Amino acid sequence: MFDFLNSGQYDVLGAFWVTVQLTLYSAVGSLIWGTMLAGMRVSPVPLMRTFGTAYVNTVRNTPLTLLILGCSLGLNQTLGISLGGGTFKETGFRLAVLGLIAYTGTFVCEAIRSGINTVPVGQAEAARALGLSFFQVLTLIVLPQAFRAVIAPLANVLIALTKNTTVAATIGVAEAALLMKEMLENESDAIFAVFAVFALGFVVLTLPTGLLLGWVAKRVAVKR
Amino acid sequence: MSSVLYDTPGPKAKTRNWVYTGAFLVVLALVLWWALSLMAEKNQLDADKWSPFVTDSQVWTTYLLPGLGETLKAGLIAMVIALPLGALLGIARLSDHAWIRVPVGTVVEFFRAIPVLMLMFFSSALYVMLGTVSSDLRPLYAVVTGLVLYNASVIAEIVRAGILTLPRGQTDAAKAIGMRKGQIMTYVLVPQAVTAMLPALVSQLVVILKDTALGGAALGFADLMSMNRQISANYSNTIATMVVIALIYIAVNFALTTFASWLEGRLRKSQKGTGAVVAGDVAEVDAGGAAGVGEAP
Repeated sequence: MFDFLNSGQYDVLGAFWVTVQLTLYSAVGSLIWGTMLAGMRVSPVPLMRTFGTAYVNTVRNTPLTLLILGCSLGLNQTLGISLGGGTFKETGFRLAVLGLIAYTGTFVCEAIRSGINTVPVGQAEAARALGLSFFQVLTLIVLPQAFRAVIAPLANVLIALTKNTTVAATIGVAEAALLMKEMLENESDAIFAVFAVFALGFVVLTLPTGLLLGWVAKRVAVKR
Repeated sequence: MSSVLYDTPGPKAKTRNWVYTGAFLVVLALVLWWALSLMAEKNQLDADKWSPFVTDSQVWTTYLLPGLGETLKAGLIAMVIALPLGALLGIARLSDHAWIRVPVGTVVEFFRAIPVLMLMFFSSALYVMLGTVSSDLRPLYAVVTGLVLYNASVIAEIVRAGILTLPRGQTDAAKAIGMRKGQIMTYVLVPQAVTAMLPALVSQLVVILKDTALGGAALGFADLMSMNRQISANYSNTIATMVVIALIYIAVNFALTTFASWLEGRLRKSQKGTGAVVAGDVAEVDAGGAAGVGEAP
């Protein structure tokens, strides 16, 4: 039943490795972009606040599929932006990461903003009483405490991101979902086995993430 | 404008904020100018690429509106099937009997861990194998099946959270007047939980609508997303089509999101209920928490 795994025709581990790479690059990128967006949304500069709110509301309501297809068909094929990728494979990967960062950043931003809300008002008031500027209040006092409170929500975002990387299959990035589609077509007599293999792969990727980060979240949570 | 994070700006801070505003504006303008000049270079700003959406009503009647119809159809069918299924799974997960609770919990966690695109691919292959669905209906069936499998398990979690968020006193009082387990669930907990979950369910509808686009891009489902190929084949205006399609999605989803948060605010303030409510974004981001530093001014 599972003999297609031994045929040497399919590189299942390789495909999952691409999924992991997509996840890692997008996770780092969206953490940075999301933090910047959250900073803008609470900043004293009205224009930055407006931009942050508008960006989050727009991108969060757009399907990720549309963003990633837009990166491929719009940015790459029409405008000729390749993000420095030489081959088709490299370019597709980078465009997918760009789309994932743009989309996931909004969820990171909202998670961090809710984390900022859990920091007691007195913390920021005390920091201001010491004469710290907005940037200092945010980076030295509020964000370090906020991050410790949002590990669990961020873990959910990371799990959602891991699953969302499959959308990159729509622009031909050779990750797990694309290989699964190919195998479902070729091994039509063993579709349950194929599904089981890929389902197991995702359970293996997402379950430890949730458990590990859940444990970290409990450990670092600020006891109030 | 003031917030807990910064002092009310004095003359110096006001000047500084103006400088930041100016600098940010310059950056935004530069990005915009770069994007527009790149588009102009590739002739994407030509009037004939954008005018079909205003002058040619056929673009709307043959492509965009039927596409939007298919998107809404798939989303609503999926929601209608996933809702009772999810409610059943959610209540079963709260069962006192381990032989019900554990298997249902496993099923729910399993389908929540798998990307919805894979579920769609699998359902499509399954319908091919069974051969019971005609090939022109297969994309719709595959999309709806994938969405139902995934969203039923997400809704199960929402239902469970909705029931668990009710104050303990509700169960205690029901027990005190001698109700059975089934009666407590059907007469006391579920009716109150339904109101508490409404915002989360509306937000889930947004997630479902966004996920239907996967079917258009990967399974040949004739939804709003897939229309981008057809329109840009006729008018060779990829970017303009993408922008218009994105705007339609954003308009529909933004309306639903706004409705969900309005509902949430109303339920929180409501004097009638227990004030228990499952936040709208429980499915994707577990937001929440008490009012604090970042509360919008």
